Amino acid sequence: MKIVYFAWLRERVGVPEEVVALPDGVRTVGEVITHLSGLGENYAYAFERPSVIRAALDRKHVPLDAPLGEARELALFPPMTGG
Amino acid sequence: MAPLVVRLQAAPIDVEAETRLLSVGRGDVGAIVTFTGLCRDEKGTLSGLELEHYPGMAEAEITRIAEEAAGRWPLLGIVAIHRHGLVAPGEVIVLVAVASAHRQAAFAGAEFIMDFLKSRAPFWKKEHRSDGGEGQWVDAKESDEAALSRW
Repeated sequence: MKIVYFAWLRERVGVPEEVVALPDGVRTVGEVITHLSGLGENYAYAFERPSVIRAALDRKHVPLDAPLGEARELALFPPMTGG
Repeated sequence: MAPLVVRLQAAPIDVEAETRLLSVGRGDVGAIVTFTGLCRDEKGTLSGLELEHYPGMAEAEITRIAEEAAGRWPLLGIVAIHRHGLVAPGEVIVLVAVASAHRQAAFAGAEFIMDFLKSRAPFWKKEHRSDGGEGQWVDAKESDEAALSRW
């Protein structure tokens, strides 16, 4: 699945986007975050406080318990600070 | 509703010209409320703010918010323009201008759009420090999230 990162999450992970092969059984946004957290120190640092992470599937906001379904792009980012 | 203009741009925002679009050539607009959000220098410590955004989602999300406002109040036009990239202190980061026949709907529509834009439009601000040091990402305010509950 294509995953894109923004702001300090992007800086901590180290890349703006990547394609990650998800194991069977990873079905929700929250489960993706748990999986990513185990991929290395940079990921563990990026996702050390999962509760602050916001997510979008195919560019629409979703809660962390949302199923991935047929979505092509998952975005993970900190709370937004526009305006 | 007539014009709905949503745009992201790296260039400075011409507030007067963009606002004029809401009333030029028409006689039904009786009220225009404009909100402009400016970059602060935080007592001289910042040389600017870097605005990161999610291309493809940022514009769509602001459009969705503006359309929701248009469904709630009798609005005659909406302009919502947001900068991205580096913004200097004193420059406009965001312009929201809302036209209606009367002031109440224009005030409410502008406030609604700004409240949702602050915590739903995918933008993130990073500080650029005047002393050249590493700037921080701006933290989201809980009060911004709380502001949504009144709508």
